[in-house]
Amino acid sequence: MTEHLHLLHILHELQQKHRYISEKSICEVAAQLSLPVSQVRAVVAFYAFFYSTPCGHYHILFSNCTSCGYRAGGTDLLRLLSQKLSVNIGQTRKDEQVSIDETSCIGMCDHGPSLLINGVPLVHLDAEKIEQMATLIEADKPLNGWPPAWFHVKDHIYKRGLLLDSSLSAGDGLRATLTRGREGTLTEIIQSKLRGRGGAGFSTGLKWRLCQQAAGEAHYVVCNADEGEPGTFKDRMLLQQHADALCEGMTICAYVIGAYQGFIYLRGEYRYLLPHLQATLMHRRKLGLLGTAILGQTEFDFDIDIVVGAGAYICGEESALIESLEGKPGIPRSRPPFPVAHGYLGQPTVVNNVETLIAATHIACKGSAWFTALGTPASTGSKLLSISGDCAAPGIYEYPFGITIQQILDECGAVNVQAVQVGGPAGTLLDQTAFNRQLAFEDVGTGGSFMIFNQERDILTIIHQFAAFFAHESCGFCTPCRVGTILLKQGLDKIMIGQGARNDMAELQRVSELVRRYSHCGLGHTAANPILDGLQYFSQAFEQRLTPYDFTARFKLDAALQEARQLTRHDGKEAHLEQGQD
Amino acid sequence: MTHKPKLKLATTSLAGCFGCHMSFLDMDERIVELLEHIEFDRSPFTDIKQLDHCDIGLIEGGVCNAENVHVLRTYRANCRILVAVGACAINGGVPALRNHFSLKECLEEAYVKTPDMINPHIPDDPELPLLLDKVYPVHEVVKIDYFLPGCPPSADTFYRFLSELIEGKEPQIGKVELRYD
Amino acid sequence: MVTEPESKFIRIDDQEIPFVHGQTIMDATLAAGVYIPHLCHFPGITPQGNCKLCTVEVDGKPLAACTSPAAAGQRIRNNTPELNESRKALTQMLFIEGNHICPSCEKTGNCPLQAMAYHLGMLHGHFPAQFPVREVDASHPTIMLDRDRCILCSLCVRASREVDGKNVFAIAGRGTHASLIVNTANGKLVDSDIEPSDLAARICPVGAILIKEHGYDAPIGKRIFDQHKINEIGLEKIYIAGAKSDDS
Repeated sequence: MTEHLHLLHILHELQQKHRYISEKSICEVAAQLSLPVSQVRAVVAFYAFFYSTPCGHYHILFSNCTSCGYRAGGTDLLRLLSQKLSVNIGQTRKDEQVSIDETSCIGMCDHGPSLLINGVPLVHLDAEKIEQMATLIEADKPLNGWPPAWFHVKDHIYKRGLLLDSSLSAGDGLRATLTRGREGTLTEIIQSKLRGRGGAGFSTGLKWRLCQQAAGEAHYVVCNADEGEPGTFKDRMLLQQHADALCEGMTICAYVIGAYQGFIYLRGEYRYLLPHLQATLMHRRKLGLLGTAILGQTEFDFDIDIVVGAGAYICGEESALIESLEGKPGIPRSRPPFPVAHGYLGQPTVVNNVETLIAATHIACKGSAWFTALGTPASTGSKLLSISGDCAAPGIYEYPFGITIQQILDECGAVNVQAVQVGGPAGTLLDQTAFNRQLAFEDVGTGGSFMIFNQERDILTIIHQFAAFFAHESCGFCTPCRVGTILLKQGLDKIMIGQGARNDMAELQRVSELVRRYSHCGLGHTAANPILDGLQYFSQAFEQRLTPYDFTARFKLDAALQEARQLTRHDGKEAHLEQGQD
Repeated sequence: MTHKPKLKLATTSLAGCFGCHMSFLDMDERIVELLEHIEFDRSPFTDIKQLDHCDIGLIEGGVCNAENVHVLRTYRANCRILVAVGACAINGGVPALRNHFSLKECLEEAYVKTPDMINPHIPDDPELPLLLDKVYPVHEVVKIDYFLPGCPPSADTFYRFLSELIEGKEPQIGKVELRYD
Repeated sequence: MVTEPESKFIRIDDQEIPFVHGQTIMDATLAAGVYIPHLCHFPGITPQGNCKLCTVEVDGKPLAACTSPAAAGQRIRNNTPELNESRKALTQMLFIEGNHICPSCEKTGNCPLQAMAYHLGMLHGHFPAQFPVREVDASHPTIMLDRDRCILCSLCVRASREVDGKNVFAIAGRGTHASLIVNTANGKLVDSDIEPSDLAARICPVGAILIKEHGYDAPIGKRIFDQHKINEIGLEKIYIAGAKSDDS
């Protein structure tokens, strides 16, 4: 087991203990692991949950997602708490008691406004709870003395289908796999036409085949449990309720490709699931389903380690995830070579989504025909959706592929719908004219996020939040994404404050296309999607915010004089500048 | 030969060093030739203070204070073609080196911390235009039609650019000679 | 009789050029004397593909030439108005992201970023200047690190590891906060083992890493890009004149 020696885990412990990671610690860790100090420093700087200055004893990160974010309830809860506690957002209070900041979606979109406090999710926030929190923090009450209900994460499953309806006992899939043999199992997976549930939709069987055939000293299976796409939370439920089937899917894959070691890469936001996952692994080892000579097969050894991330959306990209597994910043690699040939430690590696691996277990057990009976010819089986936003019953729904957007809206109780964001910010923004389209890889593809926005919502505010998300999550590796996502956010900032001109819309379009076309990885290729979709389908949302001018100054002229006014103590009319046509 | 009306040309220097204006004068006797086709309006060359409607406005220097903003807007409002001339107008140039510091740091360094200052204080005479927090390129404040890079742009660059405009052609800036220093 | 493997060619802007297995599109085109604009690529150093200037259209799909393997039959578009316009926009992004005040920079005239901007006909930065505040490291007696001009191309990082055998540099942080860091306990260059003759000290395509006391050695008119254009193949030897690997 190398879990406890993983760089991310060591840094997490230090962060917990000292509330930051000092330069001294960085040097010590580098020496301990025989790593360059620059690598450790780069990792600390890369991941959002590591800090170079002390956080408060209570460190609070509000989700800024459109569904589980601090504005989701209509009140700005982030500002409310910061006022109650007299703490500046992003800064630790002088007495080091508390620090408050925001973070990207924490996967609690079926639980209303939510936050992480010292890494633990606290859900269903409202103004009253914020008030009580402030009191508890000032009273220095330990978290285990807070109302336990506040931390209760429930799995809201409203529609069960192919996967959620069927029950499996631990080992069923593996026994079926051993009976069919390596090739037979792989054939079954290929015939099921199972495609990656993370969103990209690559053939799972083909991925396994390519990895199996790739030469290497060792092969690896990695479960991508870095569910970071805003609006997605179905893996959270699967990790909680179907961890056995997940581990079994990894083990089946290991058997097929010839791997001895697997990893679950768990997003840092889901760290609270770690004890449960570890218990599942222990239990499976006891049952002989993990470890050496699995189910008595002398040639079948395989085990799983869990590596926990530290706040980086980009690590959901498979090659960035592998870099992170290797204890480095999550910078996507150049492809080719692909991970199936050149993955973890340069060895052939399968990276599959949680839902994909669970589906594989079921297919191994029940056969491909059971799976292909549902869905469309190009998108077989079912898809788990995380439905959030403006509907009566936000939660998890499982549908056969091919279902229309409208059917889904009807079932979750969504009325007066203005738009749906399918697949999260990286996906597609649909207006009403598209509600007859189907959920399928060949029509509207999705990793599972399904965010509903009714007529009351301001679409531009949502697009602006998505732009801020990508600017925050861009890894910085390539020019178009690193600079372009910032330019897009700034362009929208300008329109949002009512200073946009007609040429700013043209500029947004142009930069969006550059980012989409020239970026290095999927993050950049999709980062401009909400803006491009918005300009196409919701152009009035932009236009109604524009000034009547063709060109306006790109910054707030009057604000740029603020410092000079303070320094000279002049504040008359002549000390101000008006914005206007320029 | 029909006699075309002369193009009216205005120039100004915002946060610049007048080097671009000096380079303009380096056209030497070619200026006489140009004067057959252009006439100067408001410019440091003429000392005309009021800006009339013009065909071409040449802006040297970046935007560092409120007065620069007013002047630049006046030029934009009155010039059919507005041209950013030189490194400072185009990206802030050397004056923008102060953008590394806050205004307070800059002014304190110059007027408070400097040894042997008599009555050290940040100047606050109401006659002085208020400084912007940063020095900005001109195209971030008004719409600019053409850019002539260089520190300064050479006399040849000015000559070629104006000749092309006089001939009614689209100026081919950068296709012949381009430099930023 | 051993038959020759099917002749391996790629077609770039209607010019057919040969390649051998393992070459990238960039390798093959450079060998054939065809120029694809690039800033973060340097022959002999592992390509990384982060500046994206070398993006070409391979059978209609945009790909970075420096990291994409050449494959028989590829039809590649390179020197097109659309691609060059996008390359200009990417170059403008690099300019406005940092503080590139050419008239006050020692690298002016010898700077590939500047020369690239000339090549692409860039007249101004176009996008809003970000004016970042970044740390300068003047601690080393002979080498200067001015992050204001760093374009995060990572050539120094790779050169130090692969050629100098030292690992002096790394990139840390993410997004627009990414920055060049030094692999020493206090993060200062003075404690590193870098030397002015290292490739890492000379490979910088901007004025971020400078050899001290050599600024303005060459007078105007005699600087590299007074005499050369960036699209001449093989200028790298001139950029890095004096580096250790150059002597061998």
